Amino acid sequence: MSSSPPAAYSPRTLAEACRHLAAEPRLVRLAGCTDLMVAAAERWPWHPGVIDLTGIAEIRGVREDAGGLTIGATTTFGELRRSPAVRARFPALAEAAAQIGGWQIQNRATLGGNLANASPAGDSLPVLLALEPMVVAIGPRGQREIPYTDFHLGYRRTALAPDEILAWVRLPPPPEGAVQAFRKVGPRAAQAISKVVVAMVGTVTDGRIAELRLAAGSVAPTPVRLARAEAAARGLQAGPEAAARAGSAAASEVTPIDDVRSTAAYRAWALERLVRRLVLGLAPGPLPGEGPI
Amino acid sequence: MRVELTVNGQPVAFDGHPMERLLDLLRERLSLTGTKEGCGEGECGACSVLVDGEPQLSCLVPLLQCGGRRIDTIEGLAHGPARALVEGLVAAGGVQCGACTPGIVVTAWALLQSNPAPTREEVAGALAGNLCRCTGYEGIFRAILQTAESHEHSGKVENPVS
Repeated sequence: MSSSPPAAYSPRTLAEACRHLAAEPRLVRLAGCTDLMVAAAERWPWHPGVIDLTGIAEIRGVREDAGGLTIGATTTFGELRRSPAVRARFPALAEAAAQIGGWQIQNRATLGGNLANASPAGDSLPVLLALEPMVVAIGPRGQREIPYTDFHLGYRRTALAPDEILAWVRLPPPPEGAVQAFRKVGPRAAQAISKVVVAMVGTVTDGRIAELRLAAGSVAPTPVRLARAEAAARGLQAGPEAAARAGSAAASEVTPIDDVRSTAAYRAWALERLVRRLVLGLAPGPLPGEGPI
Repeated sequence: MRVELTVNGQPVAFDGHPMERLLDLLRERLSLTGTKEGCGEGECGACSVLVDGEPQLSCLVPLLQCGGRRIDTIEGLAHGPARALVEGLVAAGGVQCGACTPGIVVTAWALLQSNPAPTREEVAGALAGNLCRCTGYEGIFRAILQTAESHEHSGKVENPVS
């Protein structure tokens, strides 16, 4: 316990939060704390202070607008997985939310926290990369929109300034008729940090792959779009050939590492198969089997 | 900082560091040692408590975020409305070393409040964040499903009998 306690703020409005951050940009911004509390020993005594964003009603909840959704940054994954609007329009996001941690984690962990914490293993991040939302940041210099595809600058580095608050994630309507998919490989389905995560948004016109967005997590210092895999399959007949090309390209464009959770070789191998399976899902007919990858 | 909240129906005030863990406040200040620390990093579920009726991990909840909250711990539940669930766990072989049991009871109790007739899959899903290394879960699942069937879990968490 520190002899001089850190400053601690619980603002109720964005304006109030911005005033605190303008006065002291080094305040640690808190949401669900599911990662921050684990790193607490390193941060103790948390000087100069902390600011809790979860009491700001403006940045919590899901709002429907113009065919898309605006999701408040402190909306929990539990709220996302239960949201009828998220389930109906962004099923891959609902599925990712349902696989993040267990029930207790989902009751605390927030979408904005997952983005700002910027772990390369964040499960919701590849889904968002494929859905191409805008991130709305608010700070002492006003409000700005950051395309989410430009948000992750490097390992745990984001485009968010120290004195800015991640306020909303604005999801545009998905492409007409798009298939959305999310797959995660970990030691178990819940409560485990992923070895590989893949998300896809894709459309098929006259049997050919028209739109294809693929993204992956835990295979590079940041969550990444798989541009080569997308290019390899786009325009091809939806089927095994396109799926195989996308899978091989994906494995060639990532830089996974060996760590406590997995090996680089396994990650590349699993990514290749996950991408192949997701892209195969764009083909008509029965869905590919769920056997071992 | 000073934070006021409710623990097992009683008003409580804590003076402490804003990032002090709810788990430590319960165990060290209130001597409510039924809530266990397993991993201390949000992986195991042993420290589950109810925050405004929802299961959360008390090792991840800082004092700063406890203001005005209603906390229910295993002590409030096991001696009150969740008594039948606890007895069911014992009878069904759902308790061995016991380290995970308080967290299991708290989480299963919350499930039965929101879903009085869960399927086996729903029970397993709700307990995905509660690790038990002894029982293999079979006795735990059986006890929860039997408690649901017997409707003995319908007491109100706000008014524990203890």
